[in-house]
Amino acid sequence: MKDINISELERKFQEKIDKDIKIEPKDWMPDDYRQTLIRQISQHAHSEIVGMLPEGNWITRAPNLRRKAVLLAKVQDEAGHGLYLYSSVETLGANREETIDDLHSGKAKYSSIFNYPTVSWADMGAIGWLVDGAAIMNQVPLCRCSYGPYARAMVRVCKEESFHQRQGFEIMAQLAKGTPVQKEMAQDALNRFWWPSLMMFGPNDAESKHTAQSVKWKIKRHTNDELRQMFVDATVPQAELIGLTIPDKDLKFNEETGHYESGAINWDEFWEVVKGNGPCNKDRVDTRRKAKEDGMWVVEAANAYAEKRNRRKSA
Amino acid sequence: MSKKEWPLWEIFIRSKAGLNHKHVGSLRAADAEMAVENGRDVYTRRSEGISIWAVESKDVYASDPTEADSLFEPSDSKVYRHPTFYDVPDGISHM
Repeated sequence: MKDINISELERKFQEKIDKDIKIEPKDWMPDDYRQTLIRQISQHAHSEIVGMLPEGNWITRAPNLRRKAVLLAKVQDEAGHGLYLYSSVETLGANREETIDDLHSGKAKYSSIFNYPTVSWADMGAIGWLVDGAAIMNQVPLCRCSYGPYARAMVRVCKEESFHQRQGFEIMAQLAKGTPVQKEMAQDALNRFWWPSLMMFGPNDAESKHTAQSVKWKIKRHTNDELRQMFVDATVPQAELIGLTIPDKDLKFNEETGHYESGAINWDEFWEVVKGNGPCNKDRVDTRRKAKEDGMWVVEAANAYAEKRNRRKSA
Repeated sequence: MSKKEWPLWEIFIRSKAGLNHKHVGSLRAADAEMAVENGRDVYTRRSEGISIWAVESKDVYASDPTEADSLFEPSDSKVYRHPTFYDVPDGISHM
């Protein structure tokens, strides 16, 4: 074993990837592969956890008991998704609490979509339909990711995610066929969430510095622009069906390619939000930090209780 | 008061009577009882299980993947352990 050099190990590693053999936690992997996954999976986990905040905002104000029960179940799922992902990031040797502290210090990012406020009930519809819809586009190919624990977590997440999108679309469809004021609410939510949802797929391929390597390692199966196109093609007809208008005056269907063509995305806005200057960045991170600090006594109390129980057992 | 982190637990779920427990992932919990409770919330929100095992991750002793070839070689080289190794004469339909 000691004679095998790194380049030989890397060659064998890439050979496994090319043969679609999954990489498992104890297998040898290049350090960059490990670091890329730690960054991506922990940021994915943070997105699930921070993603509870915009929707949690409406649990107490859901219009009826059915909507409230559904929203509660959805937010609980997001917490579960965060936990599957923290569990898989720990298989790479990362420390869960340290990755969480990176979120709180601003070192780690999360999906920029959650830095937008949820100002009306229709936003619960728009988030489920568009934000979860975009997340599904991203996550379905991740079920075939080369890293086993991440792929397995994604299978669970995707199974649960499809109800999230349906419940959101149901809210939008209901509002869209309601009173003129309700329809206006739905259209307004679509107007505010459409472009940020397109930005969820990340920068254009030409600007995306990690894509090529991630595709080679089969962490990513599609480029950002491919996924964005799939989302637009799937979503535009859904908006038409419920009588809402996509807020893009340049949007048109290309008969030859069979794809919709979108107008230009405002990437300045995207980078501003990524840098921390979105409408809610500070509020989101402050809320998470406070949750951890205020909850520390629970961690300590549970430790104390576990110790006491152990002492009794051994006595 | 101790600032120590809750230990990591591996969670196994039996999805229905008659099937074995299967590893589903891990979680943090202060002790075994809490690991089972958290396992319920994290891994069985949609009736995925009727029974949970929690094993502290540090207690799992695993084989070394770099030695997998030699470890499993004995089973690869013994084709006569499989029924297809044997010739069954025509005329015998079930054996």
